[in-house]
Amino acid sequence: MRVAYFPGCSLQGSAREFDESLRAVAARIGLELVEIPDWNCCGASSGHAVDHLLSLALPGRILALAERTGLEDLLVPCSACYNRLVTTRQDLIDDRKVKAEVCELIEMDLKLSVRVRNIIEVLKEVMEAGNFQGIQTPFTHKVACYYGCLLVRPHKVVKFDRAEEPQTMDEMMQAIGAEPIDWAFKVECCGAGMTLARTELVAKLCARILDDAEGREAEAVITACPMCHANLDMRRGDIEKAAGRKFDIPVMYITQAIGLALGIDPGRLGLDRHMVPVVFKSMQQQPGVSESPA
Amino acid sequence: MSRIGVFVCHCGENIGATVDCARVAEISSALPGVVHSVDYKYMCSDPGQNLIKDAVKDKHLTGVVVAACSPRMHEPTFRRACAEAGLNPFLCEMANVREHCSWVHEKGEPTTQKAADLVRVLVEKVKRNRPLRPIQVPVTKTALVLGGGIAGIQASLDIANAGQKVILVEKDPSIGGHMAQLSETFPTLDCSQCILTPRMVEVAQHPNITLLSYSELESLDGFIGNFKARIRKKARKVDEKLCTGCAVCTQKCPQKKIPSKFNADLGMRTAIFVPFPQAVPNKPVIDVENCRYFKTGKCAICQKLCPAKAIRYEQEDEIIEVDVGAVVAATGFDVVNTDFFPEYGYGKYPDVINGLQFERLASASGPTLGEIRRPSDNKIPETVVFLACAGSRDHAKGIDYCSKICCMYTAKHAMLYRHKVHSGKAYVFYMDIRAGGKMYEEFVRRAIEEDGARYVRGRVSRIYERDGKLIVKGADTLLGGEPVEIQADLVVLATAAVASPGAEELAQKLHISYDSYKFFSEAHPKLRPVETNTAGIFLAGACQAPKDIPESVAQASGAASKVCGLFSQDQLSREPLIAAVNRTAPPQFSTCTGCFLCESVCPYRAIEREEIKARDGKVLKTVARVNPGLCQGCGTCVAVCRVKAIDLDGFSNNQLYAEVRALA
Repeated sequence: MRVAYFPGCSLQGSAREFDESLRAVAARIGLELVEIPDWNCCGASSGHAVDHLLSLALPGRILALAERTGLEDLLVPCSACYNRLVTTRQDLIDDRKVKAEVCELIEMDLKLSVRVRNIIEVLKEVMEAGNFQGIQTPFTHKVACYYGCLLVRPHKVVKFDRAEEPQTMDEMMQAIGAEPIDWAFKVECCGAGMTLARTELVAKLCARILDDAEGREAEAVITACPMCHANLDMRRGDIEKAAGRKFDIPVMYITQAIGLALGIDPGRLGLDRHMVPVVFKSMQQQPGVSESPA
Repeated sequence: MSRIGVFVCHCGENIGATVDCARVAEISSALPGVVHSVDYKYMCSDPGQNLIKDAVKDKHLTGVVVAACSPRMHEPTFRRACAEAGLNPFLCEMANVREHCSWVHEKGEPTTQKAADLVRVLVEKVKRNRPLRPIQVPVTKTALVLGGGIAGIQASLDIANAGQKVILVEKDPSIGGHMAQLSETFPTLDCSQCILTPRMVEVAQHPNITLLSYSELESLDGFIGNFKARIRKKARKVDEKLCTGCAVCTQKCPQKKIPSKFNADLGMRTAIFVPFPQAVPNKPVIDVENCRYFKTGKCAICQKLCPAKAIRYEQEDEIIEVDVGAVVAATGFDVVNTDFFPEYGYGKYPDVINGLQFERLASASGPTLGEIRRPSDNKIPETVVFLACAGSRDHAKGIDYCSKICCMYTAKHAMLYRHKVHSGKAYVFYMDIRAGGKMYEEFVRRAIEEDGARYVRGRVSRIYERDGKLIVKGADTLLGGEPVEIQADLVVLATAAVASPGAEELAQKLHISYDSYKFFSEAHPKLRPVETNTAGIFLAGACQAPKDIPESVAQASGAASKVCGLFSQDQLSREPLIAAVNRTAPPQFSTCTGCFLCESVCPYRAIEREEIKARDGKVLKTVARVNPGLCQGCGTCVAVCRVKAIDLDGFSNNQLYAEVRALA
């Protein structure tokens, strides 16, 4: 499968390991990523708060660039970017007038022919095509699949999985040998972009998520969103302060879990870039780093 | 030579403000064949009709064109006026200059010109009209009622009590429907079964009612007054005539762990079963899929023990054909469940149940004998959360409408729970409380004020299990949108009422229309609420839209009175606008070549094959013939006929071509 690839800003900064692990896994499962040239920021959480037209023009330009690759699908791993792109595409399909304004602004034509796909959607397709062979070290851990709020919403635009009780990530985790838990916070909000303005709120929301995951004996939270990861991992100190207790549970990207199962070296998956060390309760050691303490 | 009269109506300002009606009359007066042309403010009024009658008589008109509203509104009025003046009513036509002209265009010369064009077209048509006579058809004075819930029961009893015959068809082994499952009813809290079962018994005993339980409609053909229904009587595997209802079989059946549909899957039943003790008829049915004998060939305990020797394993489904004059569809509703609410855990957590299941828990005949005990561990719940609008009024769930009954039954549930568990806490999450109805608002207030149900205005976002409790997360939107979290032992979802399964298929069998939610459509939402667009087929109860008991009963009585009105005549008049295959002199007999393309496209199966024979009986030619009783005048056969051997009375090719040519 060959797809256009839009990494987005996070994957070059705080979520570098998402990009690294995705590229490492992609090479192993026959997923060819064609990074679109000269891409820009999608506007993220601030664009649409500032100017409506700008919030459509920024993703619009990315869509136009993706169209020029001639590929049918555009893979957008970051949930926030994905949400901006997929809703912009729909808005521009629905409103020709706005589409014309956007085209004028970006000085490019838009056919809106490229499909915007999120990471689990693409991985699922690759898996179903049978390209997911070669599980060398089954990922035999209890995991809490955390979709966050943007990956499967808004349902009428995304049209993928179930908005309230999605299953795709759970199925994929099962396929690599993990045991996804049945828990209540799959699609709860982590606080997202409030992380700077209202850290204490984010800490409180994240504490609930981690509390439920740990309470149900999950050994890792699996996510597909750089924002969720940053909040659950980087804000761990604030979270623990808010909860008044310690949390040991690591937070991993779905591509990292799959990468481990495929036997890819943890270093190439960026596992050492996390704030909370990736140590599983059942093993009490870092994967792949045998004998030496974390 | 044609002598046509044109009558242009102003319809007050409806037409007059946009179209220059006097000009239209003037233009029309110059048309060839028009001998009289006038305009008038209200042509449908008595003086307006008299204008037509007088002109018909004085000017010896051979045809009339009324330029006014849609023929759907006043065609009968004007045709009757012509008939009274001695003109065949089918020589009167209407030009629709209101819906097709004045309402959709602005005032101006082109609009007036279009009105004049419409008149010219109809003048050309009416010149080619020929007198037609209404077709008289007999009426079979037997009604077919589909569905044996309260609506079907009421309709059957009303029709039967008026002296007409009724065939009541129920798909389940017993009549009673959802009402038989209910514990108590709002707003009086009287026991549902206590008020329903006398009606059920009356149905069984009524000499005018033939009850076909455990039966379903296979097909319906024909038309108003003359339907032919094929009904599949499913094999009970029990001889109903011999069975005495002694219940030995149901007590001794070894297969005892089958979820009972009557108990909304909360209780168990046997493989040979009577759904509930007051069932009518009180005769068991063998559930073949779960019966040990049918699965393994061994067992046959019921057959061995039956004192009446009534068990018939070899019994097959039976097809019964009946002639009926009218049909009442009363097939009811269902509630959504299972996978519809992943966020509420229905189907995952046994203690998240729906409203119908709570009815069974609260019912004395239910699995807990009327004690409120939760399904998972049979404990009496200390905190119960009721969720109104589970699915209803939720665009994201695809159900935009209000299910109408939930506000009331949820108040009743909270009340019943508090009556039975005095120390228990009852919470109700709601959007709005819709309690329109006699004594309804008072009932809800009573639940809140006297019985202490705690109403929280807000939606629930999620329900999950933790430490044996169901955590209900919602918001209280009246108190500043504060998040609310309740630890509940039992959650009752007032799930949306939806059309019953198979509603779409049945509608297609009946040739009646239905809406996007598969509820059957009434002929007019205000003025014809119990009729369908198919003549002779009526609606009763929740198959049309969610309804409570009093409304269902009222509509059923309405449908019954419509049926009785229909049956009060021995013959019906039908419009003679039907197709006919031409006949010519021998040796051609007809231009029909006998290809029978018409037969394959006719939706009403009105095309017959007619053999034209010589005196010695030799078949000379086989041609098509239209059965005038079945033909509905749709014209499809006319369109497909390759040799133009078929034509439609009232809308002949000749007439339609003349209309088109008039526009050229």
